[in-house]
Amino acid sequence: MVTSESRTGGVVLSDLTKSYGEVQAVRGVTISIHPGETLALLGPNGAGKSTTIDMMLGLTRPDSGTVSLFGSSPAAAVQAGVVGGMLQTGLLLGYLSVRELVTMVASLYPHPLNVDEVLRLTGTTEIAERPTTKLSGGQTQRVRMAMALVADPELLVLDEPTAALDVEGRRDFWTAMRAVAARGKTVVFATHYLEEADAFADRIILMARGRIVADGPPTEIKARVGARTIRATLPGVDDTALSSLPGVMKADQRGDAFVLTCSDSASSDTALRALLLHYPQASDIEVRGAGLEEAFLDLTGDDGVESDEAPRS
Amino acid sequence: MKHLTYLRYELLRTIRNRRFLIFSLTFPLILYLTVAGAHKNLSLDGISFPLYYLSGMAAWGSMTAVVSSGARIAQERSVGWTRQLRITPLRTSDYFIAKILSGYLMALFSIVVLALAGSIIGVRLSAVQWLTMLGLLLVGLIPFAILGILVGHLVSVDTLGPVIGGGTSLMALLGGAYGPLATGGVFLAVMKYLPSYWLVQAGKSALGGGNAWPAQAWIVLAVWSIVSARVAARVYRRDTARVQ
Repeated sequence: MVTSESRTGGVVLSDLTKSYGEVQAVRGVTISIHPGETLALLGPNGAGKSTTIDMMLGLTRPDSGTVSLFGSSPAAAVQAGVVGGMLQTGLLLGYLSVRELVTMVASLYPHPLNVDEVLRLTGTTEIAERPTTKLSGGQTQRVRMAMALVADPELLVLDEPTAALDVEGRRDFWTAMRAVAARGKTVVFATHYLEEADAFADRIILMARGRIVADGPPTEIKARVGARTIRATLPGVDDTALSSLPGVMKADQRGDAFVLTCSDSASSDTALRALLLHYPQASDIEVRGAGLEEAFLDLTGDDGVESDEAPRS
Repeated sequence: MKHLTYLRYELLRTIRNRRFLIFSLTFPLILYLTVAGAHKNLSLDGISFPLYYLSGMAAWGSMTAVVSSGARIAQERSVGWTRQLRITPLRTSDYFIAKILSGYLMALFSIVVLALAGSIIGVRLSAVQWLTMLGLLLVGLIPFAILGILVGHLVSVDTLGPVIGGGTSLMALLGGAYGPLATGGVFLAVMKYLPSYWLVQAGKSALGGGNAWPAQAWIVLAVWSIVSARVAARVYRRDTARVQ
């Protein structure tokens, strides 16, 4: 498939599929990304995000479908030095200082950024002379980001870049990342945090079980997966009565307990007030945002008993 | 080799790895000075014992250097570094060449230091003979450099130490690096099919100057090199095709 976009630029994935033995990790993924766009691939573990990214980078050959990076194959784009990436796993190469490692990676690219500038941008200037093996998890991750950035790639691919970080590390990471996006590069990142995708991406693609289940701006996606549930122990009450409470979309009975699903936090507030008003005997009340996994299962209408889930995210 | 900066850092990493230096240089050197130093006037296998043992220790040390260099790929694979490199413009062939060159650099260092120790103990060779010996050693290391890369793709990090240490010591032993195991018969005939045998023979062969190795040496080294390269290529392809 040669569209005008795949010739002029951007990243085009067409109908990708990939199986590992019996497991269908990716089942027909088509994505077209404009140059300069920041795209989040959002999904729970096993959604096929990493496999999609591996195919995008040419690390894994798709069973069918094609990948075009700015009009070239992944291998040619990698050779030309227009791709930079942070893969999901990876420690740093030993027997080098942070600065030496970043310099070494920079030397592989045709038009690298200035190493000192990248160290400053990623907040690694203070640890620049330290051996790469003597860093904390957050520091390691920032050095890995520096290695990806120093290439000054047109396409920056990050596979769950904050998975190993605590809340503070995560915030620092995205602060640094914003400076990069401001340079007008195309950024693709995988995550299973809705907040992260919402805060950073222009566009979110939701993946579940190897398929794309939603594709749109963060506000739209958030509305679709932002559901909340109220759980309460309430013996002797009928679920049809509960499902007619204001703000409640549906009510499910689980023994003596009920789970009320509401579309967003405003309606769960309404529902909670009504619940306490009409059923003061309700106990063990718990309100929470639905997990992404549940939201996806809702969206896909999946019953969740399928056993062919992909082994990796 | 387009990426000279990459090569430079690869060499730097090799030099900084102390374990590397201990096994490829310190051990052979200590063994050489104590054993050959104590038997300066003996002769073995038709040549002076210090020369025989110099060749044996140089073979062992340099073999260890080139095998370990390639085998470090196992460690770099285990931490995801090879995957990271596959999304940079560095070609796989350049990655392997850098490993082979840094192994050779350490091997060369080890050979030169041992040769200095030899000349102190009393090994006397002409310049041509020294250079011939060096040349033969460097050529004889080719199959070992390739075997190192193969080991780097087959062995896990946990078993890397024993495999390299055991493998190179066994190869050195069977090749006669610590002293000839046989002077004739079937066993010697079998030893002559090992690349390490010819590596150890570099010292003796160098005395002959020009036509130093018999045809069998070249054939044995070529066959070992080609076979290990083909197996390594197959293992590499299998390795990069699957999920890591």
